Amino acid sequence: MSFKTFKGGVHPGHFKSATEKKPVVPARPPTTVAIPMSQHIGAPCDPLVAVGDEVKMGQKIGDSKGFVSAPVHSSVSGKVVKIGMCNHALGRPVQSVFIESDGQDTWHEDVQPNPNYRDLTVDELKKIIREKGIVGMGGATFPTHVKLSPPPDTKIDYVLINAAECEPYLTADHRAMLERPEEIVIGLQLVMKAVNAPMGYIGIEDNKPDAVEVMKKAAEGISNIEVHALHTKYPQGAEKQLISVFTGREVPSGGLPSAVGCVVQNVGTCIAISDAVRFGKPLIERIVTITGSGITEPKNMLVRVGTFIEEVIEQCGGFRPNIKKMVLGGPMMGLAQPGPDNLPVIKGTSGILCLTDVEVNLYEISPCIRCAKCVDVCPVSIMPLFIGASVEQGLYEKAEAYNAMDCIECGCCTYICPAKRPLVQWIRMAKGDIAAKRRK
Amino acid sequence: MIGVAIISLGALGLLFGGVLAFAAQKFAVEIDPKVQMVQEYLAGANCGACGYAGCAQFAEEVVAGNAPVTGCTPGGSAVSGKIAELMGMAAPEAEARHVAQLVCLGDCAVAKEKFTYHGVPECKAALMFGGGPSACRFGCVGQGTCVRVCPVDAITMSEKGLPIIDKDACISCGKCKNACPRQVIDLINSKTYHYVQCKSQDKGKQVREVCERGCISCGLCVKNCPADAIRMEDNLAIIDSYICTNCGTCVEVCPRNTIA
Repeated sequence: MSFKTFKGGVHPGHFKSATEKKPVVPARPPTTVAIPMSQHIGAPCDPLVAVGDEVKMGQKIGDSKGFVSAPVHSSVSGKVVKIGMCNHALGRPVQSVFIESDGQDTWHEDVQPNPNYRDLTVDELKKIIREKGIVGMGGATFPTHVKLSPPPDTKIDYVLINAAECEPYLTADHRAMLERPEEIVIGLQLVMKAVNAPMGYIGIEDNKPDAVEVMKKAAEGISNIEVHALHTKYPQGAEKQLISVFTGREVPSGGLPSAVGCVVQNVGTCIAISDAVRFGKPLIERIVTITGSGITEPKNMLVRVGTFIEEVIEQCGGFRPNIKKMVLGGPMMGLAQPGPDNLPVIKGTSGILCLTDVEVNLYEISPCIRCAKCVDVCPVSIMPLFIGASVEQGLYEKAEAYNAMDCIECGCCTYICPAKRPLVQWIRMAKGDIAAKRRK
Repeated sequence: MIGVAIISLGALGLLFGGVLAFAAQKFAVEIDPKVQMVQEYLAGANCGACGYAGCAQFAEEVVAGNAPVTGCTPGGSAVSGKIAELMGMAAPEAEARHVAQLVCLGDCAVAKEKFTYHGVPECKAALMFGGGPSACRFGCVGQGTCVRVCPVDAITMSEKGLPIIDKDACISCGKCKNACPRQVIDLINSKTYHYVQCKSQDKGKQVREVCERGCISCGLCVKNCPADAIRMEDNLAIIDSYICTNCGTCVEVCPRNTIA
């Protein structure tokens, strides 16, 4: 089956061989967890517990009244020891609840299986998905219940499952497909029911033939779900690009996928939805790929949210001595971190990438040579060279006029730039500034 | 043949010339000659320190009476005196010149770094990343945003990662002060000699952990100041330049050499 592919994109090396054959192993239960009150895009939660409170596993410990928000739950049973600031993957400290585990892992009474989950109404489904704190697990952590609530007059034609895992190094989604294919299909069916979509697609990059086969088998006999192999190209898994590949539709500038009748979810999110709806389990653990040449023993691990990254690294044999950089997420879009200290795993942590001087190259920024390679590879057809130049001079309004806000921050421009200009970083700076100005 | 061309082009030239001459008379924009003169007096750096888009707009606003005659800080009292004379006002009292001064001593030798930053060389970008590389929450980020915004190239970056401000070249426009995300540049009265070179509002213990020269709010300067010009606010000594007598006692007593 040949598919149209999207415009632009790059072909970085895959670097997945270190972990793609390794089954997911559960991480050692943490003794202390720090659960940030903001693990999603949107309003941060307020803590529902106080210092000294006993909490159980799966108990809701933070919630917000905002619509674009998702509650957070305790990933262990034990006692709240501190509510205070803790480092966060996004780079600034966030209010977090520190819980000391009693080692019992007693589930909270709210966590009840639901054998008749197929009979739930659409509203009940959405309510469960919100209450169980489900967010997009590809890394952006957009609250799922918001995605499942498109404007009332829009008709959703397709639910697309992003199983491309186009980021180099990461294999968390790949392993999830090999090990839990049925749950992904059930998750997809639940999403389709929630948005009343007649058709569901699962898109997997063709560098994972085993996953394609397993998923095809899992979806066998279900007439309205199709599994497709996609051309291996970054950013194949980006929302707008996936929509363009499957439907040929283009999401308008500033619009959401629902504007063209699509909803896109990640495979990890499907599993989380299936867990939440069928077993009542909130999102308290996720698959994390710990990889890169800077880690002694690369692994795929099932890690509880709130586990300190230091502990995870230690369970992978620790850093190698020539470690140079630690990134949370993939190498293209992940966020570099000052260090593993005092930094918890959150719902969006898809990978912990430990890079050494073999992989990290530092270049001098040089002047733009106007080769327009960044324009060629840009999947959203903006002109990163002009935006970069504007931001370099501090001209944010000009950057806005060049449609900086349409940038999906995939990083193709920076990857391809022969002059080693930090284009996507400049655009991110401008986007922050423009968004702040628009809020005013 | 050539005669026809000369006559026709000549006629066209006369016609258009006439139209232009008429338009110049009819649609002439009257400019107050004072605007032109004020603009000639101004420093001409187009720095924007006055709060207007450039020297031309400032000149218009001064003549219209909307801007103060002292608005041009780079020009100083010489320019404001001339403008005041032109406007028929009494010359304003000569104010002390204010120059940009870095109020942080946290270069790479004295302040601790949390990590090495290799991103976009812009202070704001560095702060987006884990709150910036410097361990001090209030100190200079050292990526040189001030160097780039200075319209007269009065700021350079030292090898130790702190900006150096050439006080003679500074035109007091305040662009560096406004651009600094940590606000560690102040416009300081050039006649005042003493100021605290720290902005940290952390407690003494925390300051000691991250910096060798930061203010630890010990209060020695406050106790010893004969003029009572120093007060402690948010764990930081602040010298009131209007009361300060430049005696230099605070510089001597400061155990961290933070006051200069």
